[in-house]
Amino acid sequence: MRDLTACPECDLLLNSTHVTATKGGATCPRCAAELFRRHPDSLERSLALTCAALVLLFLANSFPIVGLNIQGHQVETTLFGTARQLWRDDMPIVAVLLLATTVVIPLVEMLAMAWILFPLRFQRRPPGFALLIRALQLAHPWAMVEVFILGVLVSLVKLSHLADVLPGPAIWCFGALMLVLAALSTVLDHRTLWQSWERAA
Amino acid sequence: MKLQTATQHDLALCEVCGQLGKLANNAQCIRCATRLHHRKPHSIQYTWALLIAAYVLYVPANLLPIMETRSLFGVQRDTILSGVAFLWNSGSWILALIVFIASVAVPMLKLLSMTLLVVSVQIKNTMAPLPRARLYRLLELIGRWSMLDVYVVAILVALVQAQSLATMAPGPGVLAFGAVVVLSMLATMAFDPRLIWDTANQTEINGEVSTHANQSTAA
Repeated sequence: MRDLTACPECDLLLNSTHVTATKGGATCPRCAAELFRRHPDSLERSLALTCAALVLLFLANSFPIVGLNIQGHQVETTLFGTARQLWRDDMPIVAVLLLATTVVIPLVEMLAMAWILFPLRFQRRPPGFALLIRALQLAHPWAMVEVFILGVLVSLVKLSHLADVLPGPAIWCFGALMLVLAALSTVLDHRTLWQSWERAA
Repeated sequence: MKLQTATQHDLALCEVCGQLGKLANNAQCIRCATRLHHRKPHSIQYTWALLIAAYVLYVPANLLPIMETRSLFGVQRDTILSGVAFLWNSGSWILALIVFIASVAVPMLKLLSMTLLVVSVQIKNTMAPLPRARLYRLLELIGRWSMLDVYVVAILVALVQAQSLATMAPGPGVLAFGAVVVLSMLATMAFDPRLIWDTANQTEINGEVSTHANQSTAA
């Protein structure tokens, strides 16, 4: 019973000592779903990337994303300005959806990650661990920074016919944030988190 | 040799921590105290409800304007398709293709594929479980990209305001479109991919898998 596990996507019963694991991790022999991933220094790297993401998230929201130059007149907008305009235009739900997917959920995700990873790094059990892991699982699909970047690029092209477009500093921060978040999701594995939790006192 | 699944041995995997546990009445995970289930509860009902809602909203999402541009020359209303046509005609055909895939092709194909998956599970189809599992994984991956158009509208609307020659405002279509994206993502999450394999279990399996199962039950 100790060595038994099951595939989360096809329910195949597996003996974990017989799962053929490669260097990077293991997949289910029947449905090819990823069973787990292994990464050297997973906790440390995740923690470093989480800190980087928090800084980038702060910068990305403090500076304008794009600006327009229309006959010498400059307009620029931050992410919050974008949401405020949607709210004024009677689209509060869309404004909330925008802020949730690009700011609130990534921010909450990163804060929860920091809360989990700092104690684990020093072999302590973070309070509310199981609850936070559940919350992270639920929140993860709704953080859409990479889609937002593409949206900014498409709107830049659309606007370039109207006026001179000036990419703002926040666009670079969002681009970097996208890369950091992608790296974080490859380095981090929930199985590693639970194993460190079990080892911690 | 027959395949062994966790369900056949009355075991279930914890969705939160991945620990295998015995499934008695109201069983909880021994590691993290989460309620255990064989499958996501009411998976098919939830998936259908969310899918139907997404289908209904798909119509206004494509017919209603997502953006209104007011200028000296009058009001221009853009739907999702006319936005793609605008990009195509202005020469940025790569972007036109990206927006077409993200906003038109993906939502439609996603709704149709989810319908196919749910129906195939309901009629207990045993054909091609692996391609269906792969299709499900693909749907989980690409659904989010449809949010693209919502972001484009948000940025355009914030920038093109009273100071300039034209004013852009979001149209009702953007609300319906955002709802389609959210509902179809929820439908994908409600679906349990293990249902695909439940009906395919009876089929013969290759040597490698059967040794796994044998050793597992012996342990």
